Amino acid sequence: MIDFGYGLTPSSAIDLDKMDRTHFEILIRREPDVLKCMACGSCAASCTAGVYTTMNLRKGILLLSRGQEKSALEQFRSCMLCGKCQLVCPRGINTRNLILSILKTYSIQ
Amino acid sequence: MKERFASGYNDFVLPFMLSMIFILVYLLVAIIRVIIQLPPKDRKRYLLSLINPVILVKDIKDIICDVLLHVKIWKRKPLLGYMHSSIAFGWFMIILIGHIETFLYVPERAGLLYYPIFFRFFMMETNHTLQGALLFFLMDFFLLVILSGIALAMFKRIRSRALGMRRTTRTTLPDKIAMYALWAIFPLRLLAEGFTAGISGGSFLTKSVWLLFSNFLSNDYHILPTWWAYSIALGTFFFCLPFTRYMHIPTEIFFITLKNAGIKSWHPRKGYALAEIYSCSSCGMCIDACPMNAQKKNLKYSSVYFIRFLRRRNRRKMEEIADKCLQCGKCVAVCPVEVDSCRLKLLSRERHRDGKIKADYTYLQRVNTVEPAEKRPKVLYYAGCMSQLTPSIGKAMGSLLDKASVEWSPMDKDGGICCGRPLILSGRREEAQAMIQRNTELILASGADTLLVTCPICFKVFREEYNLPGIRVVHHSQYLNELVKSGALKVEKEDTRMVYHDPCELGRGCGIYEEPRELLSKVCELVPAGHERDESICCGGSVGSITLSHEERVHITDAAVEDLMTNHPQEIVTACPLCLKTFSPRSAKKVRDLAEVIDRCSTSPEK
Ligand code: SF4
Ligand code: SF4
Ligand code: SF4
Ligand code: SF4
Ligand code: SF4
Repeated sequence: MIDFGYGLTPSSAIDLDKMDRTHFEILIRREPDVLKCMACGSCAASCTAGVYTTMNLRKGILLLSRGQEKSALEQFRSCMLCGKCQLVCPRGINTRNLILSILKTYSIQ
Repeated sequence: MKERFASGYNDFVLPFMLSMIFILVYLLVAIIRVIIQLPPKDRKRYLLSLINPVILVKDIKDIICDVLLHVKIWKRKPLLGYMHSSIAFGWFMIILIGHIETFLYVPERAGLLYYPIFFRFFMMETNHTLQGALLFFLMDFFLLVILSGIALAMFKRIRSRALGMRRTTRTTLPDKIAMYALWAIFPLRLLAEGFTAGISGGSFLTKSVWLLFSNFLSNDYHILPTWWAYSIALGTFFFCLPFTRYMHIPTEIFFITLKNAGIKSWHPRKGYALAEIYSCSSCGMCIDACPMNAQKKNLKYSSVYFIRFLRRRNRRKMEEIADKCLQCGKCVAVCPVEVDSCRLKLLSRERHRDGKIKADYTYLQRVNTVEPAEKRPKVLYYAGCMSQLTPSIGKAMGSLLDKASVEWSPMDKDGGICCGRPLILSGRREEAQAMIQRNTELILASGADTLLVTCPICFKVFREEYNLPGIRVVHHSQYLNELVKSGALKVEKEDTRMVYHDPCELGRGCGIYEEPRELLSKVCELVPAGHERDESICCGGSVGSITLSHEERVHITDAAVEDLMTNHPQEIVTACPLCLKTFSPRSAKKVRDLAEVIDRCSTSPEK
């Protein structure tokens, strides 16, 4: 059969009862700014690394806040800490420290 | 002159002698420890420097200027300079003259450490000789100088602003004990010599004290207790010395010899750094200098406290301060001892990074942003991340280069690789090598002979960390200045009043102050800012700070803008995209980059 690229996507529903936020709570303590994110995406749009990799801070924050660590962490390995996202963030989030804190708090299995 | 006691000894010298032996042994052990901790290469370098006459002359000159006369403090705060040098130089002279006296009159006692210090107790003047009178006069004179310095020091503790310092350092308990002992030493010496002046003779100061007291206290029973008190004050001071900030006095001499040997710190607390942190006098000049102190609650982040916690091995507090610092370098520029606290903070960041997720920059190998070498542009323009966020700079640069008919090509027009400095500034020097390596490959492949950058952050790292044989790295402030000077660009003067903001990385970081000013004065009326050149205030946007929040940065930006507005300019000009981006939303007046201003005022010479 010809594959038209359509198919069933796995459910993206998040079970709030099973969600594990322990790491995220630590992250909040390290950089409380993470709670300020409004997911506008300015950071991802201007990202130096994002031109070449999947680096997307907006998505990363969103996934981590939902406890979906597995799919969120790999991208942070390509960040060059250049600080462009910090300058464009309309919420004034200290993104460099946020990213450094993520690298400190989580680990990739 | 005649000796009063055949033994040449009295028990009161004991507190002084014991403390002196203690401190000399302590210093010897400390110096040996530092030298042992130095890496072999540095150790060899240091030992060789001690037999190099050129370096030795410099050592001696620096010791006289910095340790005794405190020339650097004089330059910035004359009254504070007087306070420091009166105590240091006066004390040195008293010790020196004491030794001369001993050597002249009782050479057989010259080996006794205490003799020159308590000279007037042991010797009496029998007949007035010119030589004796002169030496006595000099002794009294320098004692007076010291006393005036001590009086200023007391006054400074009460009202620091009087000496031109808005804030002074918090003292610790040992500091306090040593400080009171130091304050007591010289008045006690005056009293002791005053009481003895009836027997031993004296000059204008000590003799007057004797005359004054002899009217109602004229009995010699006061002599010994005051000499004891003087000796105890000296003893207390020297016993406390290693645990206080006054340790900087002996350490600085050693530190100067290390510094002049060309050694640099490589560990935040060992070897060179150890000598460096013990040389900090807690003078507090770095407190007023630090832009973070636009807010009073940030006083605790000043370099002096970083050094204090480093010294006490308080890792938590030390890291907290190290991560806050903007790395603007102002505290280093004003530090009279030249303690490179910025470097120590970076080293501390490098050591205490505990990321669990490892970076992966292999993708950089696939990035290819330069055109093949056949096209051979003369100039390769690297905008850098920050200039990419301020397209006006890139546009102006392109227009200027075209006007001047320069053959150029962009290196990172549609995205590129970061220069690596932000990573280095966050303590990840090793990871930054990936960026440095790939950028180097790209630059060399372009075939250009000039790398032009508009961001001073990039400029500094290209100059210091990259190895680019045959390629000149140039900042646009320099390059445009050359184009205008050589006539490749024609400029016309506007009658706008402008103020130039020295970006930290360009000014203090790379020492470029003149070129932008020379260039700007050709196109506008340049007015000075409140603080300029190596005292310019950081815009607050620096990528050097890791933990400073946006809210805290805003206060710094506002303070910097206010300072730039001192002479009411119509526009602010800077030479760094980050400063531009940081100032723009907080300034009522328009903020521009140098390139934009020159583009506005220039034409191509052909037209
Ligand atoms: S700091 Fe990292 S996430 Fe932010 S723009 Fe730079 S590369 Fe992207
Ligand atoms: S720019 Fe700031 S607010 Fe917007 S998504 Fe990124 S981090 Fe969140
Ligand atoms: S670091 Fe320098 S300026 Fe700061 S207190 Fe120490 S000696 Fe003074
Ligand atoms: S480098 Fe700048 S921000 Fe950091 S402590 Fe020194 S003066 Fe303050
Ligand atoms: S130093 Fe800053 S502006 Fe320059 S390339 Fe690196 S991140 Fe960008």
